[in-house]
Amino acid sequence: MIDKTTNQRAWFLVLPVVVLVAFNALIPLMTVVNYSVQETFGNNVFFFEGVKWFEQILHSERFHASLLRQLTFTGIILLIEIPLGVAIALAMPKKGPWVSVCLVLMALPLLIPWNVVGAMWNIFALPDIGLLGRMINGMGFDYNFTQQPLAAWFTTILMDVWHWTSLVVLLAYAGLSSIPDAYYQAARIDGASSWSVFRYIQLPKMKRVLTIAVLLRFMDSFMIYTEPFVLTGGGPGNTTTFLSIDLVKIALGQFDLGPAAAMSLIYFLIILVLSWIFYTLMMRNEEQ
Amino acid sequence: MAKITLDRVRHSYTENPESADDWALKQLDVVWSDGGAYALLGPSGCGKTTLLNVISGLLQPSEGRVLFDDRDVTGVPSDRRDIAQVFQFPVVYDTMSVYDNLAFPLRNRRVPEDQVKTRVHEIASMLELEGVLGNRASGLTADGKQKISLGRGLVRSDVNVIMFDEPLTVIDPHLKWLLRSKLKELHQEVRATMIYVTHDQTEALTFADKVVVMHDGQVVQIGTPVELFEKPKHTFVGHFIGSPGMNLLPCEIVDGFPSFLGHRLETAEAVKVPAGAERMEIGVRPEFVSFADEGLPVDIIKVDDIGRHRIVEVHHKSQAIKLVTPEDTPIPEDKGHLVFERDKTNVYADGWILS
Amino acid sequence: MMRVKWLVPTLYILFLMLPIYWLVSMSFKTTNEILGTFSLWPQEFTLDNYITIFTDPTWYNGYFNSLTYVLMNTLLSVSVALPAAYAFSRYRFLGDKHLFFWLLTNRMAPPAVFALPFFQLYSAVGLFDTPMAVALAHCLFNIPLAVWILEGFMSGVPKELDETAYVDGYSFWRFFIRIFLPTIAAGIGVVMFFTFMFSWVELLLAKTLTSVDAKPIAATMTRTASTSGYELGLLAAAGTLTIVPGAFVIYFVRHHIAKGFALGRV
Repeated sequence: MIDKTTNQRAWFLVLPVVVLVAFNALIPLMTVVNYSVQETFGNNVFFFEGVKWFEQILHSERFHASLLRQLTFTGIILLIEIPLGVAIALAMPKKGPWVSVCLVLMALPLLIPWNVVGAMWNIFALPDIGLLGRMINGMGFDYNFTQQPLAAWFTTILMDVWHWTSLVVLLAYAGLSSIPDAYYQAARIDGASSWSVFRYIQLPKMKRVLTIAVLLRFMDSFMIYTEPFVLTGGGPGNTTTFLSIDLVKIALGQFDLGPAAAMSLIYFLIILVLSWIFYTLMMRNEEQ
Repeated sequence: MAKITLDRVRHSYTENPESADDWALKQLDVVWSDGGAYALLGPSGCGKTTLLNVISGLLQPSEGRVLFDDRDVTGVPSDRRDIAQVFQFPVVYDTMSVYDNLAFPLRNRRVPEDQVKTRVHEIASMLELEGVLGNRASGLTADGKQKISLGRGLVRSDVNVIMFDEPLTVIDPHLKWLLRSKLKELHQEVRATMIYVTHDQTEALTFADKVVVMHDGQVVQIGTPVELFEKPKHTFVGHFIGSPGMNLLPCEIVDGFPSFLGHRLETAEAVKVPAGAERMEIGVRPEFVSFADEGLPVDIIKVDDIGRHRIVEVHHKSQAIKLVTPEDTPIPEDKGHLVFERDKTNVYADGWILS
Repeated sequence: MMRVKWLVPTLYILFLMLPIYWLVSMSFKTTNEILGTFSLWPQEFTLDNYITIFTDPTWYNGYFNSLTYVLMNTLLSVSVALPAAYAFSRYRFLGDKHLFFWLLTNRMAPPAVFALPFFQLYSAVGLFDTPMAVALAHCLFNIPLAVWILEGFMSGVPKELDETAYVDGYSFWRFFIRIFLPTIAAGIGVVMFFTFMFSWVELLLAKTLTSVDAKPIAATMTRTASTSGYELGLLAAAGTLTIVPGAFVIYFVRHHIAKGFALGRV
């Protein structure tokens, strides 16, 4: 590790970064905080209202509903994508000509603009003209994601798994690649089963990357907006309206500044707290 | 305890080996006797690790057989060969305690818990790990972890061969010495055949009863440290062992005796030049060269005072020769005469000794 | 047993390619064919959709606009992140740990929270509907990411390099540009890849901050989609073209993907 020297002039080096990020973070955040405690009836006239908006949001059925949907969605996503990503990484060859090909093809979904992902899946899952839609209906199911909540959820989840599992695969694969051969050799000599190898060698050595993967997937799925919005518009009705979609409706759609601001702050806080919990839980053994 | 035989073993890492360079192990016919302490010595890339992995079963040789006590184990997997291997850097199961680490190989073989307990404690006390049995393995220092690696090998009572692949590489210098002594002690106690791979001649010569010197995929000599020093069978051994290495002087054979740039030298007996030999050389260690009143005329070039002895570099015509002289022996000013000890002067044809 | 293992990545990749294939095949179909018959590959192969995009300014400008702000953002983010990462890697200063942590929390901020405030902020400074606005807005999450990744790479370079340069008489900036940056070239490549990627794919903010002049391709596409179904082929072609930059970028860094992930902090 680098032996750092104390030098306050280093601030000059970080100044451009601080200015740019603060401009984008602090000013809007101050605006949001401002709105969250004020009421306006238009014409730029504001009245201080205290915690009224916060109370309104926290008690609002609509907020509870979208929060619940969001938690369910994120929960399902994590339960599918993390084990699936790890399993695929374990099944991939360690070296050889196919490795780059595999990694490149797997990385492709990650670089597609999010609205195109949504549009692509929209076209793909349409019941009458989409490949997936036709296949599922052809198997005897009655499937129409534009009208059925269950089908909408199924399609949204499938789309996210398609979109983001590769991130977990790439991270897990990087973690696995860093395990020296000697560990596998020693395990062979010790007579360890494949399950033991996974449990005692591979999983512990992947802990760092898995923590990053879980945190990233948690945060990004909790903030998700574009893909489900393009796919279902939040519907049918509001059955796939997750937190961000709801917030944007309130903020940019209805221009309800107060409630939108309060909701924003609560939203941000939830993410920070849950991220911190995830992080602590996953890294708790490091100190020992 | 087992006698290990390598019968016509060759190995190549490429699919269709063509030239000699494609073979990591060229022809090997070696017998390692039961209970011996061997060092496998050679420079990086000479094939030591390949050979080790062939013996342990981590690698299947392209050709040849591996026999343990006359039993053909070439196709037998590592965990059934009753071998143990300690790697270059410590391999421990981080999430388990030291106790569980040591118990792991036994539990995998379904040994009853009470036997496991006895064995683990036995080995732990041998390796001085009793105090940390309850601790997490990841918390130990590098030398502690290497002891655990070693312990996992020793804990199985059926272990015949223990192999060490440069195990002291990551250990601090002052602990290296301690661990080396411990290993020698263990060999006395356990009496398993031990093969210690290293590129460090000091380690090899202090640990082993017999040293196997490898060069470019072949075993060039097996012998005790003294044999390797006094009668190197190959010029590589002469050069690699000893500091400074053996002097190699090009020569011609005249009437069965070597002649160096016109000057005839005495050897123990006359030699015959084998057919087709291209390069003839004399090999003599600096320790066996000394100044005299008559002999090969040389110019003194450089004297290095090492303390207990001095290394003198001299030239005869354009050829450099080194000698090691004891502290109190006088060294001539700028010209002198050299004599080589008769019994310790060897003749080499294309690198191999003639006798 | 070993053979079966191959099945897993193969099936997964097939799964990944399927929707992309569908999109691409639809881009070569006429709208009539899409709505009329269901076929696995284009029966009446046509390039009309692509021709429209390459000849209609409303379409191809969308791509220019998107590429513009993405490149602007990448250059901006990476150039300010470099000295900052160096500072975090080599020096201790007042509030350094808190500053670093604060930077990372911005990555956790939901873009939805910033949609409205950004709209007002960038309108207020007169940058609304310019590529600059989007480039600056994306700095919010790209700069922390860049600093985080670069700091990881820089910590791997021993301080002795810096000290030797100073002894040899280099000024800070000459050392930084001539000596230091080349040693972390791989890291800079990784960072540029990630900042490009995040800026190229993010669209909530890009749409919020633009309307006509700087309209990114995403907005053009949504406009078409809302005319429900009549121009699906065109939409598919537009979508397919957005995949091309991504595919290019991965192709060029393919060797680094295989190794580079293990380096640095990712």
